[in-house]
Amino acid sequence: MKGMTGKYLKVDLTEGTVVVADLPEDVAKDYIGGYGLAAWTLYNEVPAGADPLGPDNVICMWVGPCAGTVTPASSKYLVAAKSALTGFIGFGISSGGIGQELRAAGYDGIVVKGKADRPVYIFIDDDTVSIKDAGFVWGKTTWETEDLIRGRHSDEKLRVAAIGPAGEKLVRIANITNDRNRQVGRTGMGAVMGSKNLKAIAIRGTKSVEVADPQGLWDLAREMHTRSMGKATEKYRHYGTPVNVLVHNKLGCLPTRNFQQGTFEGADAVSGERMLATHVKKVTACPACPIGCDHINICQDGPWKGTAASMDYESLELLGPNCGVDDLDALTKAVELCDTLGVDTISAGGTVSWAMEAYEKGLIGKEETNGLDLRFGNAEAMVEAVRCLCLREGKLGELIGDGSAEAARRLGRDSYKFAIVNKDMEWGAYSMRSLQTATLGFATSVRGACYLRSGSYQQDVKGTVDRYSLDESRGKIVSEGEDLYAVIDSAIWCKFTRGVFKGEEEMAEVLNLTTGFDYDVESMIKAGERIHNLAKLFNIKHGASRKDDYPPPRAFEEKMYDDVNDGAIIDRDQYDAALTGYYRSRDWSDEGIPTKRKLAELGLDTSLGV
Amino acid sequence: MAATTSRSKEIIHCDPDKCNGCEVCEYVCSWYHGGEINWKRSRIRAVKIEPIYSIAITCRKCDEPVCKSACPRDAISQNAAGVIHIDKDKCNGCGWCVEACEFGVMKLQQDTRLAFCCDYCEDLDGLKCVELCPKEALSYASLDSVGFSSAVEAAASLIADSKVSAGGK
Repeated sequence: MKGMTGKYLKVDLTEGTVVVADLPEDVAKDYIGGYGLAAWTLYNEVPAGADPLGPDNVICMWVGPCAGTVTPASSKYLVAAKSALTGFIGFGISSGGIGQELRAAGYDGIVVKGKADRPVYIFIDDDTVSIKDAGFVWGKTTWETEDLIRGRHSDEKLRVAAIGPAGEKLVRIANITNDRNRQVGRTGMGAVMGSKNLKAIAIRGTKSVEVADPQGLWDLAREMHTRSMGKATEKYRHYGTPVNVLVHNKLGCLPTRNFQQGTFEGADAVSGERMLATHVKKVTACPACPIGCDHINICQDGPWKGTAASMDYESLELLGPNCGVDDLDALTKAVELCDTLGVDTISAGGTVSWAMEAYEKGLIGKEETNGLDLRFGNAEAMVEAVRCLCLREGKLGELIGDGSAEAARRLGRDSYKFAIVNKDMEWGAYSMRSLQTATLGFATSVRGACYLRSGSYQQDVKGTVDRYSLDESRGKIVSEGEDLYAVIDSAIWCKFTRGVFKGEEEMAEVLNLTTGFDYDVESMIKAGERIHNLAKLFNIKHGASRKDDYPPPRAFEEKMYDDVNDGAIIDRDQYDAALTGYYRSRDWSDEGIPTKRKLAELGLDTSLGV
Repeated sequence: MAATTSRSKEIIHCDPDKCNGCEVCEYVCSWYHGGEINWKRSRIRAVKIEPIYSIAITCRKCDEPVCKSACPRDAISQNAAGVIHIDKDKCNGCGWCVEACEFGVMKLQQDTRLAFCCDYCEDLDGLKCVELCPKEALSYASLDSVGFSSAVEAAASLIADSKVSAGGK
């Protein structure tokens, strides 16, 4: 086996032990890497009913076979654990230098269980792995932590993945940051690290990266690098993802004021075009990535002059239009707070917008908002609310410090109806009622509301389906997207290179040149299906059922009116049919449980099947 | 003796405005110099200074190379084109050249501990980092021509800022 090193680290923080374990070759082939190996680890190692913030939970970091190779945009890694936000499988993918460095250190992954008796960080220095005291960085921001750990080891290129104060305070939407601007954002992986007193993982690798066919992979990668500079990635390189603001506004699917509308009167002021002209001072890239999508904003004047932060569409949208905010300076500041204090920008935006709606409805007053006039559009209040959320500060921090679903449970009085979540995780920046295939994909996502599990929004946006209705046939769009994306997330390739590959044949070819395995499109997609089914089994083991695959009440109960939409709503019967269609396309029962037949076909444990 | 004159000195030049810090040059360098992917063996360094500066740096072909002067074993020489050579038999990995180089170009191999630096791909068909930089930030140019390009840019922006136009109404 090449590509993968065949070795991974098992760390027990309670015992203070580190063991190098072998990764069986058949597991590497069946689960590819990344997402697949995370599902394999968690399903086997996290006991049913485990407290996500307790020592029984396992947090793991995996790379895919392509990390550290020169395949475009492949220096990625994934962190997974039982999520403290959703109670189901949690994971997030980040870029930067961690992926390539872990591979160069000689490992495919690191699996951590237990809880340290004091703050620690794990230092992986090729063959020497140690658990070190993190007292000197506890309480520090993610950026400070990265700099301080690099300084301690006199290595400016040491790669560090760290949590901020939010992760230490077990904020359930806390993230992990590396290389300053890259995050494992979603599902609160930072809180799980915090619960283990694990402040950071620092890595230095000096070994050469071995692949099965170095010359073959090099030649193909060179060609792909050239293609990476073509039309398919132009929007990421030039405007960055915020170019979506005006596209979505025109389609009436730009979530506005906590998903009440799909168009925003201030869209021009926060468009990708405007941002590029007034705020973007540099576009940077991750290692091995010719595309470069990271748009660094700097506030030129005003109260936040000099603030610098990386801005993408999702962060901008949820903290911006979805909070009614049209001020790029405030958005840059809010993202900087999230990145340094260590909170997922998407969930932060969704949570603050929930609090704004609760405030406007009179369910909370200034006593609960730390004195803030928390109406939609108040940019300064949004920034301050984000800060309080990250630090659990005051009554507002206590209310919203664990995300909007938990906040709604604390507040009660039907406020759950406008917590825009699935499996308690905040929705991405795609409107529910005017992108209904997307909504089916969001709600069936194993990690909670997410556009990156199936990419089913693409059919809605391209207009290949009627985006204002649903039927049974949409299920297959979602399940086919999920299987392919499970492969991409296991390889792990950046989703921005989707259009760089000539097709699925070329994906299989890259995997084969890297690993020496003999995937064809069918066996590769089958691996994707296996991985997705195993992630679903994890959720079933931890209590998931059909009721967890629905969008929030707003999708069914309130018609949406704005400049584009005239009463858009999701018909519940249509949704039910589409959901059943999704389950059937997967050969699962109508309750969403995989059949024993399907599990056997995929070589998975059949005990939880029907 | 100065090996080259400033009039003709051609070096690998990086435009920091174009460089996005992708480090592809490091991958490319290690591959073409050793047939393996290991950015720690790269002879060019990608450097980022947060939040917005990135640049790649390699040998400047100094007229009076301090790496050469610093070497106590005369292991370092410079050829007529300004390229630094390191005699592996004489080098013992003391690292004085690494400390001496003001651009951080000299490095010690992780395994052999011997010094190495950019050789301007003299055994290859062209400069690989320049050829494969995705942003075309790297170029091989004389310092005179780099300076002249900057002068042209400055002049162009002066014209753009003024009312002068190239004709028409």
